[in-house]
Amino acid sequence: MQELGQQVISGLATGSIFASLALALVLIYRSMNVINFAQGEMAMLTTFVAWQLVQDGMPMWVAFAITLAIAFAGAVALERAVIRPVETAPPLTIVIVTLGLFISFNGLAGLIWGYVLKTFPSPFPPTTIRFAGAALSEQDLGVIAVSLGTLFLMYLLFQYTKLGLALRASALYPEQSRLMGIRVSWMLALGWGLASMVGAVSGIMIAPVVFLDPNMMQGVIVYAFAAAVLGGIESPVGAVVGGLILGVLLNLLSTYVSWIGTDLELPVAFAIIIAVLLVRPAGIFGRVHVKRV
Amino acid sequence: MRSRQAVLLAFVIVVALLPLTIAPYLAFQISFVASFAIAILGLVILIGHSGQISLGHGAFMAVGGYTVAILLNTAGIPYVASLPIAALVCGLLGIALGFVSLRLADVYLALATFALAASVSPLLKRFGSITGGVQGLLLPTPHAPGPLHDVVRGEVWYYYVTWAIAGLLFALSYAGLRGHVGRCLRAIRDSEVAAVSFGVNPVLYKTLAFGWSAAYAGVAGALQAMATAFVSPGAYDISLSLTLLVGVVMGGLDMMWGAILGGVLVEFLPLWVQKVNPALSSIIYGLALIVIMLFMPGGIAGGIQRFTSIFRLQPRGARETVPIAKDLT
Amino acid sequence: MSNRKVWLGAGIAAILIASFALSAPVRGQQVVGVTDTSILLGGTHPFSGPLSAYSSIGKGAAAYFAYVNDHGGVNGRKIIYKDMDDGYSPPRTVQDMRQLVEGDHVFAIFNSLGTPTNTVVRPYLNDQKVPQLFVATGATTWGADASKYPWTIGWQPDYQDEAAIYTKYLMHLKPGAKIGVLYQNDDYGKDYLKGLVDTLGSKKSEIVKALSYEVSEPDVNSQIAAIKNAGADALFIFATPKFSTQAMVETAKLGWKPLVFLNNVSNSQTVMRAATQAGGPNATNGVISTQYLKDPSDLDEQSDPGVKLEKAILAKYAPGSDYTDGFYLYGMGAAFTMVDALKHAGRNLTRDSLMQAVTHLHETDNPFVWKGIVVETTPTDRFPIRQMILMRYLNGHWVEFGSLINVRR
Repeated sequence: MQELGQQVISGLATGSIFASLALALVLIYRSMNVINFAQGEMAMLTTFVAWQLVQDGMPMWVAFAITLAIAFAGAVALERAVIRPVETAPPLTIVIVTLGLFISFNGLAGLIWGYVLKTFPSPFPPTTIRFAGAALSEQDLGVIAVSLGTLFLMYLLFQYTKLGLALRASALYPEQSRLMGIRVSWMLALGWGLASMVGAVSGIMIAPVVFLDPNMMQGVIVYAFAAAVLGGIESPVGAVVGGLILGVLLNLLSTYVSWIGTDLELPVAFAIIIAVLLVRPAGIFGRVHVKRV
Repeated sequence: MRSRQAVLLAFVIVVALLPLTIAPYLAFQISFVASFAIAILGLVILIGHSGQISLGHGAFMAVGGYTVAILLNTAGIPYVASLPIAALVCGLLGIALGFVSLRLADVYLALATFALAASVSPLLKRFGSITGGVQGLLLPTPHAPGPLHDVVRGEVWYYYVTWAIAGLLFALSYAGLRGHVGRCLRAIRDSEVAAVSFGVNPVLYKTLAFGWSAAYAGVAGALQAMATAFVSPGAYDISLSLTLLVGVVMGGLDMMWGAILGGVLVEFLPLWVQKVNPALSSIIYGLALIVIMLFMPGGIAGGIQRFTSIFRLQPRGARETVPIAKDLT
Repeated sequence: MSNRKVWLGAGIAAILIASFALSAPVRGQQVVGVTDTSILLGGTHPFSGPLSAYSSIGKGAAAYFAYVNDHGGVNGRKIIYKDMDDGYSPPRTVQDMRQLVEGDHVFAIFNSLGTPTNTVVRPYLNDQKVPQLFVATGATTWGADASKYPWTIGWQPDYQDEAAIYTKYLMHLKPGAKIGVLYQNDDYGKDYLKGLVDTLGSKKSEIVKALSYEVSEPDVNSQIAAIKNAGADALFIFATPKFSTQAMVETAKLGWKPLVFLNNVSNSQTVMRAATQAGGPNATNGVISTQYLKDPSDLDEQSDPGVKLEKAILAKYAPGSDYTDGFYLYGMGAAFTMVDALKHAGRNLTRDSLMQAVTHLHETDNPFVWKGIVVETTPTDRFPIRQMILMRYLNGHWVEFGSLINVRR
């Protein structure tokens, strides 16, 4: 029983890693109905920037703040340069462009910083908290808290600000929004900027645990996709819940189902993606749309 | 169209005579161009002509490679028999995936196939009793059969086999794409609703495209396994599938010539780039993908000769509101 | 129309002639890859892709060769090392090797990295009678299968030997201990596991839990928790640095204090410091490992002549490199042995004379290996390094104990 509790707790911790990246995915999806395959690599790149700033002597929190600003500005610039020309193209084109970003960002990080693993400073003290016989580190708790906190901020933004309203409107009803005077194109750029900031936060949270190298996010991105699909690709709440569920589920399956063991976690994630997309494509929290032809 | 045939003839002659003039190891590398071109051609059919994306065709290359390896090692079945079997197995698996993909719209299909590509290596390692696990399976190095063995070098023999198979598969594709099948595929690609109203069965053609492209990828995987004389899980990771996509895009999403150009680029770019900086090839691939999508929707070969273009710009509002799944309303 | 045909014909002819010209064979040499003034060696390392951290090995070796060349070379010849990128992908390794052997006509292959990548080319190289020397992996097969593949030889102590050392020590210290194992799910991790299992022999049942992990996983916390729960009091970590660090940190987090055996791939001070920082002293105190190489990231070793030499060589021949990265030193250690073998092969250098030297090594002065280790081979014992020293991590320092262990059978 104690082991079950421990596996669940550590599953929540791992799951919050998936959740934080999935949040960024959902943000982009909500603004332009596109899955940004490069989300993980963008997060990784901004985490390297944070690392470099800390290496150069900047205090940790200052470095993080500046990184968020760079993440925002960089993503907006990226969207203007590379996404805007293909905004109206079929989804296939945009998918390929994001894959191109995926490949080049990985190479770029490798070129600048190399592939040797780097330790990343954790904003949390290395203490352990114990309850119900299970152990949780402050780092784990911190990631869960930050994911939930980001979710809450997003909720506030989208539900209670004019900007959030404009973002939602531009995604759902672009023509009508233009008629209302909303600069729809810039709203998309903003969406990218926000997603990139969320991704940067995700990277900063993850790096202390998985260590920093250009391939840091490759072990996470498939699970983040699965989390987003499971929870509902349009729902930020879904992303977080999906991530937590996925983390716990993977841990329990690998511990208690010996046929699956620890080897088959990626195929399980794939199976979840397929199963959800076939049975209930909207995920747990998504709304089912009616297709207008 | 005399000039098109003349160029083709010239190409065939060069390919046929090349091994007589170049070193065997170069012939060996150029054989990989052929096998990559086969896989890329399959993807061109799937993405360019039927409008469905797959980021997981590396998985079919794995199945193809492992099929010939397992058949040879456990049952002694020679390549001449196991290659068609590999193609068939992959074709059937592709059709199965095709059925699944009917319900998934573009972006979701990309996502699902991406996850598939990532799952191949763990699955191969898991069923180690059949696949040899992490150790992989060794195969005999390619050699000419029987009496030819001492006359023709193994690499040269392999070169001709690979290019001959490529030629056959290209001819088959050309016939198919030019005729009824191709027209139906492109009709579905351009507007499924309209195609249905013309009596075209989307289920049949979309799954066919998947099966066809998967079979080609399987053949390519089998050929490469034969050349490498080894299969291991590590060779089949997500970067293989992405490399195929790069080959498709850089070669040109529509053109069959593009598949060969794609094969050349995928095989030789890492080698050329090595002298400057080995890490550069990813950046070049990535940037090329982006630039081509921005400026040349038909790819490099498409820029040379346009066949049909799939990237017509649509007004934003006309897009379907729910690309989550295709309901059969 | 006929004009077009003439152009096409000319074009075809031009391509064929050009390709023939470009592949003209190298001017006659007495011995492949050897001239009066140079020796051409070839190798493959992953310079691109996820494992490119290991490319430092090749760069370290190349820097060492440059240093040797500046000091007179070997028997009057300079070493040229053509190191190609294979991205750790066996199909590319195959093509690279063919290019090196048949295109560049190298004298020998040196220090290629990886088990599957070397396995795939081993039959070809042995078939072509090209020496495949000092491969950069600890797989047991290089020495064990020497009768089948006589042209191939490894360098570092093999993984099974290392696991055997830990196991024997445990059996001596704590007989009947319950053993838990975390291993990477590939040839490297499994080779270690085999060494452990084989050494236990009939006591195999002492392993209460052996769990693997995939490199694609974010962390191994679930595995560590499960191993703890199985009641293990000894933990063998057969993992690469990232996952080893996570494992050690997790044991501290769970309040679990097993006897930890850490494989020497992951025991650099860089790793230990990271684990201590994230998990507290409990994560690393008492961890046992072995060493056969100097560790340039260890502050206690900064005045060691081998570390100083590595630092100086990198500063001159590969400026901008991080000398604390132990892979550079590893590459230099192997390169030292290569130069040693070449020296003993004599001025009259042939592949046979080289293999003769390679199977009769007795090297006592390699500055990069741990003091007292002799790099040694005989025609029947083709494991160059079979000695290691046990050490224990205490309060930030690796402290050796016992004497140099020799696993030579």
